[in-house]
Amino acid sequence: MSTTDYSVRLTDTTLRDGSHAMSHRFTEEHVRSTVRALDDAGVQVIEVTHGDGLGGSSFNYGFSLTPELDLVRAAVDEARQAKIAVLMLPGLGTIHDLNQAREAGASVARIATHCTEADVSIQHFGHARNLGMETVGFLMLSHRATPEELARQARIMADAGCQCVYVVDSAGALILEDVSDRVAALVAELGTDAQVGFHGHQNMSFGVANSVFAVRAGAKQIDGTLVALGAGAGNSPTEVLAAAFDRLDIRTGTDVQALMAAAEDTVKPYITRMPVMDRASIMQGYAGVYSSFLIHAERAADRYGVPAWKILEEVGRAGYVGGQEDMIIDVAVQLVAANT
Amino acid sequence: MPKMTAAIVGSGNIGTDLMFKLMRRSEHIEPKYMIGVDPASDGLARAARLGLTSSHEGVDWLLARDELPDFVFEATSAKAHAANAPRYAAAGITAVDLTPAAVGPYVCPVVNLDAVPEAENVNMITCGGQATTPIVAAVSSVVPVPYAEIVASIASKSAGPGTRANVDEFTETTAKALQVVGGAARGKAIIIINPVEPPMIMRNTVYCAIPAEAAEPGPVQDAIRESIARTVEQVKAYVPGYSLRVDPQFDPARPEWNNQGRVGVWIQVKGAADYLPDYAGNLDIITAAATRTADLLAERKLATGTSTDTDTDTAATTAGARA
Repeated sequence: MSTTDYSVRLTDTTLRDGSHAMSHRFTEEHVRSTVRALDDAGVQVIEVTHGDGLGGSSFNYGFSLTPELDLVRAAVDEARQAKIAVLMLPGLGTIHDLNQAREAGASVARIATHCTEADVSIQHFGHARNLGMETVGFLMLSHRATPEELARQARIMADAGCQCVYVVDSAGALILEDVSDRVAALVAELGTDAQVGFHGHQNMSFGVANSVFAVRAGAKQIDGTLVALGAGAGNSPTEVLAAAFDRLDIRTGTDVQALMAAAEDTVKPYITRMPVMDRASIMQGYAGVYSSFLIHAERAADRYGVPAWKILEEVGRAGYVGGQEDMIIDVAVQLVAANT
Repeated sequence: MPKMTAAIVGSGNIGTDLMFKLMRRSEHIEPKYMIGVDPASDGLARAARLGLTSSHEGVDWLLARDELPDFVFEATSAKAHAANAPRYAAAGITAVDLTPAAVGPYVCPVVNLDAVPEAENVNMITCGGQATTPIVAAVSSVVPVPYAEIVASIASKSAGPGTRANVDEFTETTAKALQVVGGAARGKAIIIINPVEPPMIMRNTVYCAIPAEAAEPGPVQDAIRESIARTVEQVKAYVPGYSLRVDPQFDPARPEWNNQGRVGVWIQVKGAADYLPDYAGNLDIITAAATRTADLLAERKLATGTSTDTDTDTAATTAGARA
């Protein structure tokens, strides 16, 4: 082990990415108990939003049971030290949504674009900074861009006012050096202008290992969710990240035991669907498909009688990106037509 | 009959595509001027080669001409059009606005042009608005639509700097038009920019909340299907690449949909490739709609210009038949 001094900030996104696995049915009580447990365990940033970000409540992504701003307000009310973050995808959410989230008490704006389209976020970063929010940029489906291209896109975000650019493995498709090469390219490009982060998924079981590679390549912010609750086969589990990082002398400032307890005692009892690596979610990692498509593909599979993994494979072949959940039904209907 | 004349203000992708549309497809209008602000603009040079009078000296130059055009197509930015609109009006030029400025009413030629009495300045909404408001209107003409939602997917290569710098304008303008033009009580719009190679052809998905009984097989559902099919044919008349990917999909009522049912419509818009390649259906549909709108307005002018009431009625009937 090298003697390099590693310290990172963990962001927990159980209450945002986990929203996918909960079909966006979080209640205020879920949010309060989870925020309390994470805050007590020393997690500094907690993300709370519809799974697809502000304004995500829709036919296309699923309607929220509780208005997300009510959930944000409850989280802000419950947190003692943690900052509450919100996600937004330009093209789906707007500056108007960001204003409302700020009024509800959110203090970190995480703005996500497809990994090659960072320039659509310029106005939103500028606005978030004007609102006095900390900013994080999400380059989604990062496996679809080379390290060099990703670094160019990260530069666009940083110049727009983004303070930390994440390599986001939305499909759980990156494996080890795929991650460290990308993180290193961003670190080299951004220098002291912005930090670099990593958001991992478990579709091929690499979430935690990839996060270690990210940290060793210079990432300073790492995402996880309790019990891995999240899209696809779930996210890097926050409690495992904390435990593994502790063993590797990567400091997170969190209480490992408290996070294990939060996962086991707070989140596990309320979740309706345990994240699992099954044929459909593994296919997402293998074919490079946006993790949030999983439940939509399963629904289309039920409705149209074609296997979810087959739909996802086809979606991967077509190159659909985050937000194109509507294409899943089209693909399913075409598959039915091809079979008859 | 001599054609009416037009100036195109804005010599970028949209302005250039529009020039080709007017030259090749307009019945009543010929483009005469191409106006930009950059002397090095490719669009200005191309327009000059094709016989238009082009200038990089902006709207000031245009309005100083002895022969003013009958129409001006604004393909600049919302801000520029807000500034230019009063000047066009003062000069008696009809403005067809392809920016999100919305100085004038939103217009989709097959839906509401007839209902727009003061048509001195009309707004073409957005590409997604042109593709989806007709479908929402087709559904809302049969059953109440408390909520309509659309997802527009466009190829990265077809998303110009204007679109990228202000995606909020697209979502907000389109959402409003789903209500005002489409007839939904509430609207929501989403835009996705996809970089896949080869570039994906523009796609639009329309979801309308409908009464539970309309989502079940029966006469109401049949009426919705027929209305959608009719509308697709009407749009196809001026956007030949406009088509349904699959039959409309009806989903029964669900509690999380406020006990409403849903109809989903998947549209593809393949461009005519007048300027950008055929994947850029987003460009094609808004310039085609602008051309069609201006042609219909020209018919109106010609009818009133030749003075008899009968002609006016004929024009109205003709336009009505298309709507």
